[in-house]
Amino acid sequence: MTTQTVWRKPPFIKSPAVRWVFYIAVAAYVIGTIATLPIDWERTAQGLTRAQRIFSGAFPPSFERSGLLISGFMESLKIAILATTLGMILSVPLAFMAARNISPKPVYLLGRGTFILARSFHPVIVAIIFVKAVGFGPLAGALTLTVYSIGFVAKLLAERIEEIDFGQVEAMRSVGASFFSTMVYAILPQIMPRLVGLGIYQLDSNLRASAVVGIVGAGGIGATLANAFGRYDYDFALAITMVIVGAILISEAVSGMIRKRMT
Amino acid sequence: MTQTLTHEWARFTPVQRMKRYVALMAVTLVVVWALGSIDVIWEWVWDAPIQLVDLFARMVPPDPTNLPSILEATWQTINIATIATMIAVVLSLPVAYISAQNTTPNVVCLWIGRFILVSSRSVNTIIWALLFVAIFGPGIIAGIIAIMFRSIGFLGKLLGEAIEEIDHAPIEALEACGASRFKVVMYGIVPQVMPAFFAISILRWDINLRESTVLGLVGAGGIGIILQGAIDTFQWQEVSMVLLTILALVIAGEVISSTMRKKLL
Amino acid sequence: MLEIKNLVKRYGKGAPVLKDLNLSVEGEQLMSIIGSSGAGKSTLLRCVNRLVEPTSGSITLNGTDFTTLGPKELRRARRRVGMVFQSFNLVDRLSVMENVQSGRLGYISTWAAVTRRYPAEDIERAFELMERVGIAQYADKRADELSGGERQRVGVVRALMQRPEILLADEPTASLDPKTSEQIMSLLRDLARELNLPVIINIHNVTEAKEYSDRIVGMRYGRIIFDDKPAALDAAQMDEIYAGTPSEDRQEMGAIA
Repeated sequence: MTTQTVWRKPPFIKSPAVRWVFYIAVAAYVIGTIATLPIDWERTAQGLTRAQRIFSGAFPPSFERSGLLISGFMESLKIAILATTLGMILSVPLAFMAARNISPKPVYLLGRGTFILARSFHPVIVAIIFVKAVGFGPLAGALTLTVYSIGFVAKLLAERIEEIDFGQVEAMRSVGASFFSTMVYAILPQIMPRLVGLGIYQLDSNLRASAVVGIVGAGGIGATLANAFGRYDYDFALAITMVIVGAILISEAVSGMIRKRMT
Repeated sequence: MTQTLTHEWARFTPVQRMKRYVALMAVTLVVVWALGSIDVIWEWVWDAPIQLVDLFARMVPPDPTNLPSILEATWQTINIATIATMIAVVLSLPVAYISAQNTTPNVVCLWIGRFILVSSRSVNTIIWALLFVAIFGPGIIAGIIAIMFRSIGFLGKLLGEAIEEIDHAPIEALEACGASRFKVVMYGIVPQVMPAFFAISILRWDINLRESTVLGLVGAGGIGIILQGAIDTFQWQEVSMVLLTILALVIAGEVISSTMRKKLL
Repeated sequence: MLEIKNLVKRYGKGAPVLKDLNLSVEGEQLMSIIGSSGAGKSTLLRCVNRLVEPTSGSITLNGTDFTTLGPKELRRARRRVGMVFQSFNLVDRLSVMENVQSGRLGYISTWAAVTRRYPAEDIERAFELMERVGIAQYADKRADELSGGERQRVGVVRALMQRPEILLADEPTASLDPKTSEQIMSLLRDLARELNLPVIINIHNVTEAKEYSDRIVGMRYGRIIFDDKPAALDAAQMDEIYAGTPSEDRQEMGAIA
């Protein structure tokens, strides 16, 4: 008997034809796209000198107009708080609507459709629409982040409701409780911890997002940043960015700590 | 039965109740403070629903005359997301390697890695885009680099965590065979983090697809440019067409990424 | 010939786990090390290929002193010591062949390792050994699809691929059922004969140790207190090795372990 002296690792895609077609397709896509991207090479080539100018203009960061910075940041905070509150209030009924185990089919589809729609659009797009509808300023920001909160909180809350122990609901129904007291006694206690956790998480995440939606005019520190950029105040822009990053790190740490202590 | 009437029952002990009241009060106070001091014109707030309905009315029906250029911009958006994800995946590998506690060569590397992760993650894509538009001028390259910069932090962090969770036993066996560091990584670590690697990359691609749709609003290429143009010229029916396209794109992205996840893992 | 002289191992600042230990192993014998948990068996084995760094003393394998080697020389030296583990320590997501070939990682080029283009003689030897232990048909299966006994056979083949001068086995049968564990023990004994290879086994099961070993070493608190042929191990000495455990309990332990 002769023993084998050749061994090859079995390829991930068994059929060689399919494998090569796949490789060639990927390579063609990558090369094709990179080659046909409408890139203005001349403009890009100037990038380095431009970057140097920007960075030398940005250092040292300027905190001279810290009043503007603080008021922008406080506005972001208020937007985040209000949007979180409103978002949570709206998310609870929506989540009940979108839970398969307690809602009739049409209501379920309506609820689910609402937050799929809310999730699909990036907050910046939502913001730009709201800015056009209700004008520049924190109101557009708060509305945007409310939509953003609904998309996230309602979805996760609905999933939590679908996971509940349904026996408790049956028990309440069997003692003749009304629909509303069934909700309060059998479902709310089961989803309450998740609701509070989501609220804290969402506050953190709204604070981040409020820095961004401001760039398209929806108030808060993002608006301050966009203005600084627009007027080539790169030193002030750097100061703002540093404050945003610091605030995000702090809020992430705080929300993480609270959620850890709660569970 | 009558005895039970003498029993008092309350859901919470007094201390518990106090804590709950204090927490509730604090939350209410904060909300009232925010509501009271925020700089909005309240007439506008009451007016907002009417304005929204009005805007929506101007959007229907969507106007498809510009569809070819919208679709072209959509294709560009997909390319920005895909190319940027590919490059970011490659660049995030060494970052993940040096910022995972069990593979980092030394403490200096660990801190460099963590610094890269934190700075990349804390700055939003749009802010990165703002910066790169200022550097490279408006266009696709600023968009790709912005998405890339944000993705490195995300990918590197999650991949680093995956590396930290691997089973150490096979590593010990490979070391006992006299394998070099690089070979240990290739045979012991790479196969173990492979599933996480694919899952994280696909997830980030899905996120990047959404983020690419807004890059145009700060001038960094893709469908956002058309959206911005239509909004600026008040062509609301074209705006709604663009929004529908974005919706289709995002949903398609979600479907593709979930099928890929199922296929690969 | 493996010669261990005055070996001391101390973790941190605590009491030493190995206390001035001397041991020499030569020829194709199968030697079992027995002793209760915490006696230092596993530390002793890991000191030999320096998976655990010894505190002081010397370990010499066929003329090479392992304790003084630099990182690169240590890798070369480790190729000469095969090791089999209690929990097999295979890379689950790699195929059996890749796991087996990983025993050659100390020899082959990085390029060959990454592209999986192993030298023809390595592949031949892998198939020979896999056939010898009865797992050749699984070459392209993923390691986590195999049963415990089959996985340990992969572990043994991986160690033998190194063409080791000595084979260390750290409780190779502790994760296996009694029948498979006997199969693995007799496999190790036969391989020691066929390949002219000294084998050192850490083992909890005294009955198995007596049945398959040529020599038994008993350890207690980091010292060797028994070193002789299996037949010489009597109840009194067992009591000393497993002090604190009454002999009846121990026999039961031996039977079920």
